[in-house]
Amino acid sequence: MQALLHAIVEPGFFADGAVQIAATLGGVVAVVAGLIGVFTVIRSQAFAGHALSDIGSAGGSSAYLAGVAPLWGFVGISVLAAAAMEQIGVQRARGRDVATGIVLGVGFALASLFLYLGMTYHNSSGEIPTILFGSVFTLSAANLPLVIGLGAVALLTTLTLYRPLLLASVSPELAAARGVHVRVVGAAYLFALAITVALCDLTIGAILSTALLVGPAAAALRLTDRPHRAALLAAGISLACTWLGLLLAWDSFYWPPLRHGWPVSFFIVTLVLAAYLAAGALARGQTKRG
Amino acid sequence: MELAQPPTAPLSDGGAATTDRVLQLAGVTVDLGGRRILDDVSFSLRAGELTGLIGSNGAGKTTLLRVILGLLAPTRGAVTVAGPDPRHSVGYVPQKFMLDPDLPVRARDLVALGIDGHHLGVARPSRERRERVTRMLDAVGAGRFADTRVGRLSGGEQQRVLIAHALISHPRLLLLDEPLANLDLRSAREAVDLLARIAREQRIAVMISAHEMNALLPVMDRVVYLAEGRAACGPADEVVRADVLSRLYGHRVEVIRAGERVLVVAGEGDDAEPSHPHHHDSEER
Repeated sequence: MQALLHAIVEPGFFADGAVQIAATLGGVVAVVAGLIGVFTVIRSQAFAGHALSDIGSAGGSSAYLAGVAPLWGFVGISVLAAAAMEQIGVQRARGRDVATGIVLGVGFALASLFLYLGMTYHNSSGEIPTILFGSVFTLSAANLPLVIGLGAVALLTTLTLYRPLLLASVSPELAAARGVHVRVVGAAYLFALAITVALCDLTIGAILSTALLVGPAAAALRLTDRPHRAALLAAGISLACTWLGLLLAWDSFYWPPLRHGWPVSFFIVTLVLAAYLAAGALARGQTKRG
Repeated sequence: MELAQPPTAPLSDGGAATTDRVLQLAGVTVDLGGRRILDDVSFSLRAGELTGLIGSNGAGKTTLLRVILGLLAPTRGAVTVAGPDPRHSVGYVPQKFMLDPDLPVRARDLVALGIDGHHLGVARPSRERRERVTRMLDAVGAGRFADTRVGRLSGGEQQRVLIAHALISHPRLLLLDEPLANLDLRSAREAVDLLARIAREQRIAVMISAHEMNALLPVMDRVVYLAEGRAACGPADEVVRADVLSRLYGHRVEVIRAGERVLVVAGEGDDAEPSHPHHHDSEER
C-alpha cells in the first residue's frame, strides 16, 4: 500500500519547501486565472489574452536584463500593452484583432532583443526557458505578497464590474442604451486581464500562460450555462490542473532522463487540455441524456 | 419647415393628454460628417399609444432612435423624456440581434440584467427577483424557454426575451429598431400584436421603426414618417397621403391602396427627380 502511495506521490513532496511555495503561488494564480478567464472566453478575447502573454516575454526579458524581479517586468509590459491595444481600437471586433496582432508582433521583437542583450551582459542563457515556459519550483516566497495583491486587484475589478461587464459582453448596444459606459468597462476589464496574464506568465511562462487563462474557463463553460458557476468551476479546474501538474513534475524527477524532472508547465497545460476535452465529452453525454 | 409639424394638431390639445406625454422632440436636427441626417424633426409620443417610425433604409430612423436614447446629442433642438430618471425611462430593443449560441446567459439571466444590469457588483439572488423575472417572461410569451441559453433561441424568441429585458424596469417608452425585419409573416404578426397589447395594458408609449408599414397598419395609432431627414407625424390616414408625402420627399409620390396594403411609389411624370425613384413596398430589402 505504502509502495503504491510512494509511486504516486514521491516521498518528500509535501515536506519540500520549494513545493510548498510553488503550490501556494501556483494555487493563487490558478484561482485568479480561472475566475477572470471566464469573461475572457465570453468576450471572445482569448486572442487578446494570448497576445498579452506573448508580450509578457518582452517584460520578463527586460526585467532579466535590468536585474529586477521578473514579475515587475511581466506586469509592467502587460498593462502597457493592454493600454496600447485599447488605444488602437479594442472596442471593435476587426480593429481588436488588428490591434492585438500589431502589439503581439512588437512584443516578440522586443523579447528577442532583450533576451539577446541579457545573454550577452549576464553571460548566461538559463533565464530564457524560465521566462518563456515558466519554472514555478524556482520561485521564491518573496513573490507571494505581490502575487496575492495583484490577484486581489484583478478579482476586485472584475467583481465590481460584474453586471455591466456581462451585459456589455452580451450586447454593447443594450448596455449603452442602459447608460453603461461600454468602453470604460471594457478597458477596466482589459486591465484586470493584463494583470492576470502577468501572474500566469510568472508561474507557467509567457508562451503558455493563455492556456491557464482560457482552458479551464472554456471547459467550465461547456458544463454550465451560468456565468458565476462557470467562474467558480473554472477556478476549481485550474487549481486542480496546477496542483496535479506540480505533483507529476515532482514524480518525473525519477523518469528519464533521471534526476532532471520534466517542465511543470508541460504537465499543467496538458492537464488543462485533458480537462477541456473531458468537459466536452461530459457535455455531449448530458445533452444526449437530457 | 411646416412638414416637421404634424398635419393635424393633436399634440397641443392640453388637458389630460399633455400629462400622458412621455417623449417630446422639438426641432431636432442632426448633422453627421457634413451630412444632414435629421432636419428639424418635432413630434411627441403619448402613453398607451403605438407609433410606427416609418422610412426607407437610410432615412434616419436609427439615428433618431439613438438621439432619443441619449447616445447621440442633436446638433440643434431638444429631446425631453418625461420622468425623474429619463435614461432609465426608455426601454430599447436593438436591430438584428443575433447572439453567440455558446454565451452562458439564459433567457432569465438576460431579463434579470434588465432590472439592474447597469449597477456595479453582483446581484443578490432572491425569490422575489426570480419571480419577477418569471412573470415578465410569461407576460411576453417567453416562459417556455426561460432556462434556455438566449443564443440558442430563434430570432422571434430572442426578440421576446429582449422585449422582456426592456420592459422589466418599467420604462415609459419602449423603442424597437426594425423588430419585424428578420421575422417570418406569422412571427411578425405575433410580435406586432404583443407590442400593441403592451402599449395598451401597461400604458406605455411604444415606437417601432420599420421600412415597411403594412404589418403595422392594423395596430398603429400614429405614424412618424421619415424621408429626406424630415418627418411628418399624425394618424396613418392623415400622413400616408400623396400630398403630405410629396411635400416630405420634395417631389411627387403616389400612395396606392391595394386592399389592406398601402404602397408609396414615385409619382408618374415626376420630372423633379426622375433618376431617384422611391419604391417603398415590401421588396425593399
